Amino acid sequence: MKIIIIGAGKVGYNLAENLSKSNHNVIIIDRNYAALSKAEENLEVLCIKGSGVSTGILMEAGVDTTDLLIAVTGSDEVNMVCCLTAKKLGVKSTVARIRDYEYAHELLLLKEELGLDLVINPEQAAADEIANVLNFSSAINVENFAKGRVKMIEIRVTEDMPIMGMCLKDMGSKFDSSILIGVVIRNEEVIVPNGNFIISENDKLYIIGQPSHLYNFCKVFGKVPLKIKNVMILGGGRIAVYLSKLLTEMGMKVKVIEIDREKCIQLSELIPEALIINGDGTDEELLRSENIDEMDAFISMTGMDEENMMAALIAKQNGAKKVIAKVSRLNYMSIIKNLGIDSLISPKQITSNQILKYVRGNNVESLYRIIEGQAEITEIIAEPGSKILNTKLKKLELPKDTIIATIVRKNEVVIPHGNDIIKAGDRVIVISKNKNISSLDEVAAGS
Amino acid sequence: MNFRVVLKALGMLLVCESLLMMLSLAVAVYYQGPDIISFSLSILITGVVGVPLSYIKAGKKIMYARDGFAIVALGWILLSFFGSLPYVISGVIPSFVESFFEAASGFTTTSASVLTHIEDLPKGILFWRSFTHWAGGMGVIVLTLAMLPSLGSGTVQMLKAEYPGPNPEKLVPQVKETAKILYRIYLAFTVLEVIMLKFAGLPLYDAIIHTFGTVGTGGASNMNASVGAYNNINAEVIITIFTFMCGANFTLYYQMLKGDLKAPFKDEEFRFYLGVIIASIVLITINLYGDVFNSLRESLRHSSFQVVTVMTTTGFATTDYNNWGMFSKIILFILMFIGGCAGSTGGALKSIRVLLLLRVAKRELLQIMHPKAVYTVKLRNKTVDEKTISEILGFFFMYMLIFITAVLVISLDNMDWATTTTAVAATLGNIGPGFGIVGPMGNYSTFSDLGKIVLSLCMIIGRLEIYPILLLGIPSFWKKTNL
Repeated sequence: MKIIIIGAGKVGYNLAENLSKSNHNVIIIDRNYAALSKAEENLEVLCIKGSGVSTGILMEAGVDTTDLLIAVTGSDEVNMVCCLTAKKLGVKSTVARIRDYEYAHELLLLKEELGLDLVINPEQAAADEIANVLNFSSAINVENFAKGRVKMIEIRVTEDMPIMGMCLKDMGSKFDSSILIGVVIRNEEVIVPNGNFIISENDKLYIIGQPSHLYNFCKVFGKVPLKIKNVMILGGGRIAVYLSKLLTEMGMKVKVIEIDREKCIQLSELIPEALIINGDGTDEELLRSENIDEMDAFISMTGMDEENMMAALIAKQNGAKKVIAKVSRLNYMSIIKNLGIDSLISPKQITSNQILKYVRGNNVESLYRIIEGQAEITEIIAEPGSKILNTKLKKLELPKDTIIATIVRKNEVVIPHGNDIIKAGDRVIVISKNKNISSLDEVAAGS
Repeated sequence: MNFRVVLKALGMLLVCESLLMMLSLAVAVYYQGPDIISFSLSILITGVVGVPLSYIKAGKKIMYARDGFAIVALGWILLSFFGSLPYVISGVIPSFVESFFEAASGFTTTSASVLTHIEDLPKGILFWRSFTHWAGGMGVIVLTLAMLPSLGSGTVQMLKAEYPGPNPEKLVPQVKETAKILYRIYLAFTVLEVIMLKFAGLPLYDAIIHTFGTVGTGGASNMNASVGAYNNINAEVIITIFTFMCGANFTLYYQMLKGDLKAPFKDEEFRFYLGVIIASIVLITINLYGDVFNSLRESLRHSSFQVVTVMTTTGFATTDYNNWGMFSKIILFILMFIGGCAGSTGGALKSIRVLLLLRVAKRELLQIMHPKAVYTVKLRNKTVDEKTISEILGFFFMYMLIFITAVLVISLDNMDWATTTTAVAATLGNIGPGFGIVGPMGNYSTFSDLGKIVLSLCMIIGRLEIYPILLLGIPSFWKKTNL
């Protein structure tokens, strides 16, 4: 597929990296020479210097023979105009990043008028994700599949959990098998475990199942999800606005700390439900006087990664129960993971994941990537006519490190065994390591 | 430096070279020449060194700029080293220094030769000499990239170090695909020219040899008198046209294939290249008419052939231009420095750099008239950024510096003015023949061993555009951790 990416910033670069690795022809357009030369030197992409709004530049990039144009510059307006121009010049589909909440309400209208095929609002998506995590507070991360009927949670194994030292095949006797441990991360390495796998301390488990079963699982193994009532948010950016709205709808109380007075006034207009505090969030005294120790959750999301880290650590030390920090620079992720912050949220990564999912094709319903795509969890709808249908799973010779984790048929959720079969219309959740999957036939093709 | 990746890439390069030698072996077997054994041995030695190296596990598959430069610089020296084996083993050139000179001259498409009686040599050896032109013209690294499995990310660094011209332009996002497309166009030119030369009346073997010399802008012939030996005007015209085409940027042909048939004429570098050639032909023809040749037709025939062959840094000859007037000779000498276009198989400074240098010079003058004015240098309607400009200025200085240093060393051999300066200009610019003793009918055998080594290095430095080879001389370049 031929893909043009406009904007070589963090998201653009990340997308280009992932797309070029899965053998797409990627062309990047940016006005910034330094950003372009970074991409040129490290990636297998074609770079064009210039403005993505310009017809000449778009024609030079061969927009008329392009399948997909992704506009991820810093400006919403530029992104929209790029997509509009490109569509007129004959590109097949367009994706734009639009993040301003002023536009958020008119998205449907904009989408239709500008001929956009996908609009991405990273801040909205990040807010959704944070709300998800808060809903299931013992997890580091929560991901929805099959429209929320199946969830996947990420849990870090600690010393006090009885699950430690247990062999996976023995777990069935202690616990009914309606959940599945799909992926384990041990020392930054991704493992797709089999029955003989023994869980040890500091492993991160990715567990898939129905929400109620997952809740039970956590209860049995000593990580009772806590009901979150009070949330403190540091930094009044766009995510804070989206998130405050979501959380108040869910019945939580929200406190927002923002250093800029003007912004505070704006915030108080936008989210009257929340308590807005004008002050410096990295000031321990202020946090204490605002009862940080009483907070069930503390979320730091200022524009500075470093500040977010520090604030999160201060909050954790002062007794906040669950601490979440926003990280923009993806290369920080691996360092920060061991610092003791409960969850990390990266809007940039969420954006790339959404776009990658879109590129993967119509059948892919959701896509979740673990450690820069080392393992992927893909939700695919089984099409009629697929080779894999109506065959017992044990007869399908699946490729190495690929498992069919869950089958969702109407309202029934099955953690499949050898005798189960996939029928047309099922939502199938597949876990694969080091392999991109965009259709079920690819799963069977490995045999 | 990431030594593992560098060694692995060098291994792959040598594997590629031994594959290239196999074709020469096939030619030697076909003619049942005395050189069969020498090729078999060379292939064996190159393979024995190359294959184990290519199996090295490259720990992290990341290549940085310095690794790419190291691969290209060491690669070309190794290529010339192993490429000289057939000459030494077969005994055609007994001295190793002279064999290295001949091999370097082949790969860098210079065609400066130490051989005195070319017609008597085995066919396989002559084929190898020309075939190295063909492989070196488009780039051996590019060939390796196209033929062998990928070395992971950062292969663009290797392309960058070998690419003739300031900034490499990829045709498609993938380096490997770009390399393949370039070679496809190149191969098409090769086949087309062989067929046309055959129709013009050359024997098939001679047609192939001259085609390799033409498309690689190399210039080695299997005749002592070069193309002049055939006295065949059709063949001359065909060779002139193909050298001209191969001295232009191959990106233009890709654009033409994509449907933009006017692409060359929209390109400023191509127009400059064409303009310089036409102006030189006109001036030399006027200078020659009545002085050297009696008919206008003969003047035009020889001037056009020589101008194109020198400007594209090929180095064929139809006549001994040592006998021409001083004005014509100096024009040819200047052309030796300008060279072909970026992204072509030609050498020397490259038209695009000369064009930009002229524009920078104009800007400097305007700047004096209006000290506060802001001027940007433009090319193809796009602003050329200051970094590229300073790189080009730096490159020009380095080129001249190398030229002067080499002339100084060569002067130890105590030759005349013309021979000393043009020998360096012709090797540094990958042209081949110069004036005086090294003229089109002469050769380089009279230089001392030191002179030959310096000239061999000049050829490689010129082909790789100076920086890679010079970097090898900087001690910190070799450290694992650069400080």
